Amino acid sequence: MAEKFEDAMKKLEGIVERMEKGDMFLNESLKLFEEGVKLTRFCSQELQKAEKRVELLTKNIEGKLVAVPFEEETDEA
Amino acid sequence: MEFFQQKRPVLTVSQLTSMVKGTLEENFALVWVEGEVSNLRTPSSGHIYFTLKDENSQIRVVMFRGQGRFLKFRPEDGLHIILRGNITVYEARGEYQILADYIEPVGAGALQLAFEQLKEKLAKEGLFDKARKRSIPMVPKKVGIITSPTGAAIRDMLHILGRRFANLHILIYPVRVQGVEAPPEIVQGIRDMNTIPDLDAIIVGRGGGSIEDLWAFNDEGVARAIYNSRVPVISAVGHETDFTIADFVADLRAPTPSAAAELVVQNKVDLEERLETLYRRLCHIVKGELNLLHSHIRNLEGRLKTPKDRVNQLLQRLDDMTLRLNLSMRQKLEFTKRKLEREASLLGSLSPLAILNRGYSITTSLETGMVIKEIGAVKPGDRVGVRVTDGEMLCSIERLTGKGEAGLG
Repeated sequence: MAEKFEDAMKKLEGIVERMEKGDMFLNESLKLFEEGVKLTRFCSQELQKAEKRVELLTKNIEGKLVAVPFEEETDEA
Repeated sequence: MEFFQQKRPVLTVSQLTSMVKGTLEENFALVWVEGEVSNLRTPSSGHIYFTLKDENSQIRVVMFRGQGRFLKFRPEDGLHIILRGNITVYEARGEYQILADYIEPVGAGALQLAFEQLKEKLAKEGLFDKARKRSIPMVPKKVGIITSPTGAAIRDMLHILGRRFANLHILIYPVRVQGVEAPPEIVQGIRDMNTIPDLDAIIVGRGGGSIEDLWAFNDEGVARAIYNSRVPVISAVGHETDFTIADFVADLRAPTPSAAAELVVQNKVDLEERLETLYRRLCHIVKGELNLLHSHIRNLEGRLKTPKDRVNQLLQRLDDMTLRLNLSMRQKLEFTKRKLEREASLLGSLSPLAILNRGYSITTSLETGMVIKEIGAVKPGDRVGVRVTDGEMLCSIERLTGKGEAGLG
């Protein structure tokens, strides 16, 4: 699912609202439920996806950006 | 007249002017002058002309367009300024003037004025338009921070981010955040960060300080770099009450650096909660729907004969049918058997052996073994066998008599 988080979230909200109206046949609402579960899983994965990392950008001799782990300077106080 | 002519060498106007020019321009090659602006003119050439004065004196000032472009504010009549320049003499009119290359406003309201003027200018150009502001992705994964690597801002931000256990990839672009080097470094930082392909947002800022300390974020170049950034920019300068030009151009203004970090992470916690709520609602609906359906089915079940009953009924009927089938089969067999016996006894009565019992005999030719049914089959002298009920007699034919002829009888 090459989807953006924002779009998936919006779709999920739409599904929940539609289902809360409760005017559809069971197989239709089960289909929506299944899609809703898929979207929930996708969104939750997106939320967890990024890794925790802090890096400092510096430039090397050729002027290219290089990332090195950032060490926070300890307070003198 | 001749006397005067000998004693006092006479100069032409041009000669004198040239000498004055030489003296002035040599001795006043670099001056700093403070005064008040009046008679300001800015013709279409782009040069700026005005008179600088104090209580007792005044002097003409010109600033050519080339220098004027770099002014951080626009001179106005009545404004108190300090300028840097050199004296030049305009020979055609015999006037001297200052050729200025730098002007700064003086006094408490000076920076404020520069700020207001730049703000007005950029607003007119549309740099602050709400419509062009890009939204920060709901779930940023990679965020750039342009700030001092040793300042309070980065410490505060990392503190917040660490406390929240945010899954974030942070890239810090170290810059100076005050002084004359700050603006070009920040500009370069924004440009460099825009070369990182999957960067979701840039936070640019610094911790609190005096209005002068924050001045880099009121720089026109910085404002334009933020405007031209492909990646959405969050400004995070000073304290909540500080508003800089960068704040107006940025896609999102965070009141403080900590707030910028909160914005990026808090968002995520909110989203997680929202997602969970949505999921719970989703499950709730389906569960409710299924419960409803279940009770509906149970209700129908009560009103219907259950399939089990029906099956039992069918089974019973099947048993009954089987029983009846067996019975009728047996009857049929019995009937057939009796019929067979009857037929057999009938058959017995028809047997040739039974006829011999009643006095009939069967004659067979000894030559051919065939039963003789007519006289033509034999001739006198032939030997035949005559079978009676308890044996056979060997006989020879004496004479043959046809049915119409006399003889036998």
